[in-house]
Amino acid sequence: MPDQNATPPENRSPLAGSTPLIHLESIYKTYDLGEIQVQALRGITLEVREGEFVAVMGPSGSGKSTVMNILGCLDRPTKGRYFLEGIDVSHMSKVELARIRNRKLGFVFQQFNLLSRTSALENVELPTVYAGIGPEERSRRAMESLTRVGLADRAGHHPSQLSGGQQQRVAIARALVNRPSILLADEPTGNLDSRTSVEIMEILQTLNDEQGLTIVMVTHEQDISEYTKRTIEFRDGKVRRDSMVQKRLIARDVLKTLPTAEEQAAEDAEENARTETVSGVDAKP
Amino acid sequence: MNFMNTFRLALRALSRNKMRSALTMLGIIIGVGAVIAVVSIGQGAQYLVQQGIQAMGTNAVYIAAGSGRPGGVRMGYGGVKTLTVDDMNATVQGIPLIQDAAPAVNARDQVVYENQNWNTSITGTSPVYFKIRNWSIQEGSVFSDQEVDLAANVCVIGTTVAKILFVGQNPVGKTIRIGNLPFRVDGVLESKGQNVMGQDQDDAIFAPYTTVQRKIVGITWLQYIMASAISQQASVAAVGPITSLLRERHRIRSGEDNDFFVRTQSDIAELANQTQSVMTMLLGGIASVSLLVGGIGIMNIMLVSVTERTREIGVRMAVGATESDVQRQFLVEAVTLSMMGGAIGILVGLISSAIISNLLSWPTIISGKAILAAAIFSGAVGIFFGYYPARKAAKLDPMEALRYE
Repeated sequence: MPDQNATPPENRSPLAGSTPLIHLESIYKTYDLGEIQVQALRGITLEVREGEFVAVMGPSGSGKSTVMNILGCLDRPTKGRYFLEGIDVSHMSKVELARIRNRKLGFVFQQFNLLSRTSALENVELPTVYAGIGPEERSRRAMESLTRVGLADRAGHHPSQLSGGQQQRVAIARALVNRPSILLADEPTGNLDSRTSVEIMEILQTLNDEQGLTIVMVTHEQDISEYTKRTIEFRDGKVRRDSMVQKRLIARDVLKTLPTAEEQAAEDAEENARTETVSGVDAKP
Repeated sequence: MNFMNTFRLALRALSRNKMRSALTMLGIIIGVGAVIAVVSIGQGAQYLVQQGIQAMGTNAVYIAAGSGRPGGVRMGYGGVKTLTVDDMNATVQGIPLIQDAAPAVNARDQVVYENQNWNTSITGTSPVYFKIRNWSIQEGSVFSDQEVDLAANVCVIGTTVAKILFVGQNPVGKTIRIGNLPFRVDGVLESKGQNVMGQDQDDAIFAPYTTVQRKIVGITWLQYIMASAISQQASVAAVGPITSLLRERHRIRSGEDNDFFVRTQSDIAELANQTQSVMTMLLGGIASVSLLVGGIGIMNIMLVSVTERTREIGVRMAVGATESDVQRQFLVEAVTLSMMGGAIGILVGLISSAIISNLLSWPTIISGKAILAAAIFSGAVGIFFGYYPARKAAKLDPMEALRYE
């Protein structure tokens, strides 16, 4: 059982009422691999309220990916119940789950998972296509979503023409386009350098702070988890620790202390020049 | 996700691998093209046959001596001696549906003019024969009925015979030798070209039947009678009365086989038609095998495509695509591929049949039915061979698909 402090009052949205956004009730998940059975989750119970920013942590094999898949309605629990916005989704049909993923959930992946040779705008449009929205409304919403992540000027670019950070921002825009209740991010900074990672965290923090978007993020990086409000640690298919982040990092402030890409490049060049001069001096007899 | 979206998506996916899509379509293009070309050539052939049969006169009724069975030995067609000129006259007089009739006796002999000679068929008949067969005279005239009565040594020759024996000279009025007998050439028939069976109809000589019977072959009976009815329907209707009349005249008891047979032009036309359609269907069938192969090609490429795009499928499912959305996407892709192949194939078929028509001066008839069938069939190939890959895509587990490398 997570302790009662898991959802402290200051993190509750005033509109949320008594129903938590996510409520997992003793979830078990067993994978049948023929000869052996793997117990990935052994009785998970937790709640996430509207407006929270949760980091899910734990070593590989701890069950954090499994719980994310269940939260993302990509997988169904073997036992237990999952209430999303008060509705039991643990025994819904595949079609109903697809609809929930489309309307209520936004996904961000480590590998970005953008469709190649497809423009950023069309990538962002993808969920609206399956929501049955008309073409004009689709591109309007996609554009709006791209603007939110600051990539309106790259709408026509293909993923191959974008940097990793920009690709992840497109992926975030895609996750937001259907105005989901929850953003599920699976190691969103796993493939990014440290400055870009902080930039992504800045976007997520802004979405959480200013727009009240609930975010659940899997990460194995301690420093990244410090940008969130709450961390849940998994081990051996159980919740080991569920705690509030005491000294939350603010990405915008951290960014000011980090050199920009250009500065970094300049610094590197300077460094190279210096070592060359030094070696040059050394080379002189 | 509506159909237009799905279709646009399919076009986009196919255009990403243009070379691959083109090669995949090639199977269908060749299949459909071959079917269209073969069918149009076959129908052209059918048209030629019909033309030939029309030229023979659509009202014609052909009464031939059949196989008798004297003493249990079957004789084969034309082997009996019972069909006579009297039978012919009785038919014309006794059956109002029959307008005219001409007797026919066939022979084959060496013909000689000056230093040229040739072996050809000699048909003994009467002047009405040319009227029934709708043949006209190019030069000179046909021998007269009196000459038939007198068994005169006169004849009419076909253009092939004229060319070979006379080499540029005018044959009319000249005397040729048939076997050992001299014959005066009264006229040259207009060229008729090949008949339905591919025989040169101009390689023939026509003489009074009396002359051929008595002086060349030495018989008193006929091999066949060429009659004409008052209309095409009448020709079919006359078969029954002719049969009973001749059975009576030949004293054939009920239960015994006829010693003659009656064929109308419609029968012959039908037979020729059937032969042609069987040929066309056979060739079309062979051509459609390549359609099948093309379909397998589509299935193959779609399976590759599903594997390649596993991650894409995972992403689509994660953002809300249902199984049926994914299935439709891949099915529409396969059908688009095959339908486009079909459309190009129809074009290729039309162009190649036009080329064949030009090169071989053989009429080709483009059939709307064949085009429609090709279009429907290529669509069906897409659905049939696209179904399995699409099903496979739809059944992917979104979680595993997202993890797929």
